[in-house]
Amino acid sequence: MPDKIRPEFRCIVDMVEPGSSVLDMGCGEGHLMRALQVSKRARVQGIELSDTAVQECVANGLFVYHGDLDEGLADFNDQSVDYVILTSTLQVLHRPDFLIMEAARVGKRCIISIPNFGYWRVRFQLMCFGEMPRTKNLPYEWYNSPNIHLTTLRDFRRFCKERGLRILRETDLVLGEDMYKVVPALPNFFADYGIFLLEHE
Amino acid sequence: MAVQEAGSIGIVEIRYFTFAAPPNELQLECGRTLGPITIAYEMYGEMNADKSNCILVCHALSGDSHAAGRYHLDDPKPGWWDSMIGPGKAFDTDKYCVICSNVIGGCKGSAGPGSIDPATGEVYALNFPMVTISDMVQAQKALVDYLGIRQLLCVVGGSAGGMQVLQWAVSYPDMVRLIIPICSTARLSAQAIGFDAVGRQAIMGDPNWMDGNYYGKSIPSIGLGIARMVGHITYLSEKSMHTKFGRDLQDKPNFDYDFLTEFKVESYLSYRGDEFVKRFDANSYLYITKAMDYFDLAQPTGDLRRSLSVAKSAFLVISVSSDWLFPPYMSKEIVSALRRNNIDVSYAELQSDYGHDAFLLEVDVMTRLITSFLEYGQPAE
Repeated sequence: MPDKIRPEFRCIVDMVEPGSSVLDMGCGEGHLMRALQVSKRARVQGIELSDTAVQECVANGLFVYHGDLDEGLADFNDQSVDYVILTSTLQVLHRPDFLIMEAARVGKRCIISIPNFGYWRVRFQLMCFGEMPRTKNLPYEWYNSPNIHLTTLRDFRRFCKERGLRILRETDLVLGEDMYKVVPALPNFFADYGIFLLEHE
Repeated sequence: MAVQEAGSIGIVEIRYFTFAAPPNELQLECGRTLGPITIAYEMYGEMNADKSNCILVCHALSGDSHAAGRYHLDDPKPGWWDSMIGPGKAFDTDKYCVICSNVIGGCKGSAGPGSIDPATGEVYALNFPMVTISDMVQAQKALVDYLGIRQLLCVVGGSAGGMQVLQWAVSYPDMVRLIIPICSTARLSAQAIGFDAVGRQAIMGDPNWMDGNYYGKSIPSIGLGIARMVGHITYLSEKSMHTKFGRDLQDKPNFDYDFLTEFKVESYLSYRGDEFVKRFDANSYLYITKAMDYFDLAQPTGDLRRSLSVAKSAFLVISVSSDWLFPPYMSKEIVSALRRNNIDVSYAELQSDYGHDAFLLEVDVMTRLITSFLEYGQPAE
């Protein structure tokens, strides 16, 4: 399985120190957890709402909690996990601010990845056509989109600053089907995806 | 060899093991002692050389040691968890050796109120001491020791069986690698205790009960039947009862306006009651429901996290969305306590309308979960 993981997961795996404990919030079928287990010997566990995804995780020998993300963190002590990971999840949450702070409480470090709403294609569609943007990362129509809290890279950086979260590393990408390209300049315009490694100040 | 159904373990036999002969009686939680104690058990599959592939299955209130296979070729019904135990099934008897024993206090071969008290030569009846879940587990431990198993690969069970499973994790943490409680709880709710009390009152209110001394005479079949009917309602969900029976009438187009059976659901429940009376001892029903009521893993401190802190196994906790007798929040309570102890645990809530009984019925999903957990599940170093 590790060879066919989503391209952005490869960047995330690179951010994790070997032998760490990891909590993957919204872990899906556990592809990232499995990759971390195999290549970083990480002690991984996940939280996932979909029952079929939970079954898939267990089928792959992973420890997973079947439930809502918010209820999932109450059992964890402060700074009890090396990394708490939230991939492409923030935008569907009702209270992303609450969950980010919870993740920062439980994790010594957090890895948070977001689709960037400041990406030029998104801006272009809204400005030139006056239409709700649809992209590869954000493929939904306005009426069926689960994404209720979209953000730009700039908004997210400002949030981190305001809440006392230090950005240790930021990797901005353009995602393709099986590959990614790192965006070196003006990421809030040219990157459609951002990965942040955070730590509480 | 006889023709065998696909996936069936085939013909099985019940075995007996006796221990705790005086003066080495088993010390029970209630303060009394019990011995000698006979345990009825069955084994499916072969033990490997170092006996590291053994799985103990704990049965629920009305279960017994007959978890899989048939006793003879014309046996109409296989064991109670035959869908999960056998070659190629979740508890794969080609790989694992599966053991299931009848609880003490039961009525299917293990020492219980219906067995003979060797001290008097009479049936125990209510002279049988009150046994608890932890006493039942102590007896299972004696059997496991007798079989020469140093560590069980897994202890698994649903409902009251799940209680025994949790007790194993706490009483003998070094002896179990994997723990699977299904539709279970660390302590019964007031509602569940209430239902148990109604069942017991029905039995004890039956004129045939006679303070438990009905052996060799007419049994309290009406009381036990009612107890089973009440119990059975709690094992189903409102939705599954509606789907199965609705308001359908039993073999007739119109009401008769009498107190005999009108609705299908009435007929079904009485049938369940009658069937149960044929195979179960009323006093055992009293004893085992009491053991369930007393069970509270959080005691003596009241802190479930602290009780579970001694556990060393890896856990797979399974609940069912429509189970209102042992609702998912009870399983989550266990999971939460385990996680706060940094113990490896997976939690899965099956989406099913079958209610509490789903643990006997949702075979596909449970097979999927359990097969891989048995294969990959490892307690933390």
